[in-house]
Amino acid sequence: MTRHTPSRTMRIGAALLTAALLSSTALTAQAETPPNMLVIAQRIDDIKTIDPAESFEFSGADISRNVYEPLVDFDPLDLDAGYQPKLAASWEVSEDGTQITFTMAEGHVFTSGNPVTAKDAEFSLRRAVLLNKTPSFILTQFGFTPENVEETIVAPDEKTLVLKLDKAYAVSFVLNCLTATIGGIVDMKTVMEHEQDGDMGNAWLRDNTAGSGPYKLASWKPNESYTLDLNPEFTGDAPAMKRVIVQHIQESATQRLQLERGDVDIARNLSPEDVAGLESVDTVKVVDELRGRLMYWSANQKNEILSNPKVIEAMKYATDYQGMQDSFLKGQYITHQAFLPKTFMGAIDDTPYTLDLEKAKALLTEAGYPDGFEVTIGVREAQDRIDIGQSLQNTWGQIGIKAELVVGTGAQTLDTYRARQHQISLEAWGPDYPDPNTNAGTFAYNPDNSDEAGATGLLAWRNAWALPEMSEETLAAVVEQDSAKRAKMYEDLQREFMATSPFAIMFQQIEQNAMQNGVEHFVAGGATTAVSYWAVTK
Amino acid sequence: MTHQTTNTGGGRAAPSFPPNWLKKTVSLAFTVAITLLGLLFVTFMIGRVMPIDPVLAVIGERASQAQYDQVYLELGLDKPLIVQFGIYVGDVLQGDFGTSIRTGKPVAEDIARVFPATLELATLGTLLGVVLGVPLGVLAAVYRGSWIDQLSRLIGLVGYSMPIFWLGMMGLLIFYGILGWVAGPGRLGVFYEGLVPTRTGLLLVDAIIAGDWDVFKDALSHIILPACLLGYFSLAYISRMTRSFMLEQLNSEYVITARVKGLSEWNVVWRHAFRNIAIQLITVIALAYANLLEGSVLTEIIFAWPGIGSYITTSLLSNDMASVLGGTVVIGTIFVCLNILSDLLYRFFDPRAKS
Repeated sequence: MTRHTPSRTMRIGAALLTAALLSSTALTAQAETPPNMLVIAQRIDDIKTIDPAESFEFSGADISRNVYEPLVDFDPLDLDAGYQPKLAASWEVSEDGTQITFTMAEGHVFTSGNPVTAKDAEFSLRRAVLLNKTPSFILTQFGFTPENVEETIVAPDEKTLVLKLDKAYAVSFVLNCLTATIGGIVDMKTVMEHEQDGDMGNAWLRDNTAGSGPYKLASWKPNESYTLDLNPEFTGDAPAMKRVIVQHIQESATQRLQLERGDVDIARNLSPEDVAGLESVDTVKVVDELRGRLMYWSANQKNEILSNPKVIEAMKYATDYQGMQDSFLKGQYITHQAFLPKTFMGAIDDTPYTLDLEKAKALLTEAGYPDGFEVTIGVREAQDRIDIGQSLQNTWGQIGIKAELVVGTGAQTLDTYRARQHQISLEAWGPDYPDPNTNAGTFAYNPDNSDEAGATGLLAWRNAWALPEMSEETLAAVVEQDSAKRAKMYEDLQREFMATSPFAIMFQQIEQNAMQNGVEHFVAGGATTAVSYWAVTK
Repeated sequence: MTHQTTNTGGGRAAPSFPPNWLKKTVSLAFTVAITLLGLLFVTFMIGRVMPIDPVLAVIGERASQAQYDQVYLELGLDKPLIVQFGIYVGDVLQGDFGTSIRTGKPVAEDIARVFPATLELATLGTLLGVVLGVPLGVLAAVYRGSWIDQLSRLIGLVGYSMPIFWLGMMGLLIFYGILGWVAGPGRLGVFYEGLVPTRTGLLLVDAIIAGDWDVFKDALSHIILPACLLGYFSLAYISRMTRSFMLEQLNSEYVITARVKGLSEWNVVWRHAFRNIAIQLITVIALAYANLLEGSVLTEIIFAWPGIGSYITTSLLSNDMASVLGGTVVIGTIFVCLNILSDLLYRFFDPRAKS
């Protein structure tokens, strides 16, 4: 998933404005949005489509979560509880663990007035596999293919859905994946009425919705705004917000002005400077929430120097985690060194690496490089990344490693990274679905390290890191039925990864949402899901 | 008796075929077509030779190799560059600019949506720039060295040296944030969205057509600040150029003669000197307008104004080349059209140009 970040010029401009704001008299809220309407300022220019079978962007997930219901879902007010029944009232797993039978819940209705049945679920999941769009891997990893969906995803009647898996996967793994955007159930009849050239309604669902969630899409203007209205057929508890309007506001300083003026209820993309500026404003509050995005650097193991474990260890000890967290990343990121974000099943809090230049220097000498070496760091053109790169440049320089920052656009940096042509790459990674395998399967899994394998989706492969034993352990974890045992497997895997991998995971993202004091229960989705407007009150 | 008449040049020349106007029109059309094709070619090639992968822009970094290969073929990237360009031009001639990978909509539809926003803003900005800039420039020239001239220079200096981004931010802070005189970012308040049907895409015009004065007032309240900002930059440019043109005229002998003849200063300045700079001013104003129509990216970003400038910029950053190319064609066409219009006005105002 990608998100745009403002350019340096814009940030400088924003900083100037912030300075002006701080020196000016406090603005007083002069407007107020209606009590049953939620108005949000946010960057939403990442939305390409809102078809749940294709949508794979942050803002698109925000819409889908409020418009479509999956078979199982997270309670926004208790995310730690994990998946709960939603369109599926219950499920049973076959003795051999390869078949899950869902019994549909009663009373769910699409916006069209059509009742939600198992046939709709069958259609939606089959459709996602058949369309074969980017997020389809979330489902096809269970063995579903366009050729076999008619046998593997079956609704024998309107109340029952059967999923036949190619292995006895952990139920938690399968159900966690079904909570993702791609698991949203669409109204088969309505969608197929809008089918064009056999696209199963893909073009129509790009900017229309046909779900059974609390809201329906009233309008979407790309790069401008979207509006959600209450789904009149929704049978659950009626949300307090009858209408949700999200405006695309690129600039943090502009979002802040709107919030202070009372023109919006929530501002979702404030810079640390603007968040700090709100401390003196009595009418608004800032709510921190841990998200799933991790910031890390990794070393290409094709490079002879970087393939030396002592060198990597030295560089990990020469990284100033705390210094960065307390300065330019303050409030935006927290130090986190394991590949599973906090709040995920199996997540650990271990932070074995702290800045220790003496130890780093000793390790480098031990590795045979007492005078250091030269290295390049590929960095995307975003201020926080450049700041981190400069910090690495500084601390690595103190142990003799001369690092050169190679700054490029996201696409340029990604191309180099995928082609295994980098030396050090400074990157970010967000989970694709709320199961530990989403990160274990990319950081700690690489069954074929050859160039010919072309496994560009695996971060371990991108760094040419062969890890046959850990790959086996990762595979073993996805078929472990005992959830507690499974969680323990991921804990062990992460500790081994931290000690031996050419990855230095540094930080986990904190999202800071500023809102009017009266806004309650706004949950951006934590590390596992997206925003839930239906829970909001004000 | 027979009379033989020979045309020795003293009579009227027989009309040539094809007529001159047709020749000129064909020549003009040819020039325009070549210009646009060249522009398209350069933009297309830059997009293709950039060291970034257009397939990844479509499918994202998580897609499988099979999905990558499928999109690679769908985009026609397996064909030679020149063939790809030929296919693109063929599609454009049929009005198909491709589909934006960022919005998932046809580029033509996207441009039809964003261009009116820029047109409305740029037109209002240019109007403000002309209405205020031309008289200021004339007065600065007439009262050279006076406080008016100093003011004109100061405005010009600030206009040239201040970053538009900073001025925009300050404008929002003061007039929206502190004083509350104008509405905030965007084209329309959220409560007015969808109240008037879209006919021209120009919100002010659509509101007038619908007779909805509440929407008109709200749209005006949103556009006035960015339009004033753009108008200010036009004003700075136009007033400086006007002053410079006028100074040249006011030092001419015919102006001295006119004064000696006892003509009033008003007549000397406005009926003689100003009339002679009108031709040059047309080019200046056309260029200023074209620059604003090109899309003032930063202004559009600060004011969350959904115009073509921010559309093309965001598309470029997302490697959405179909949108970039579509936008480039539109802007190129505007430049060419404004140049032609400027030429035509030249001919209209300057009898020498007709010959």
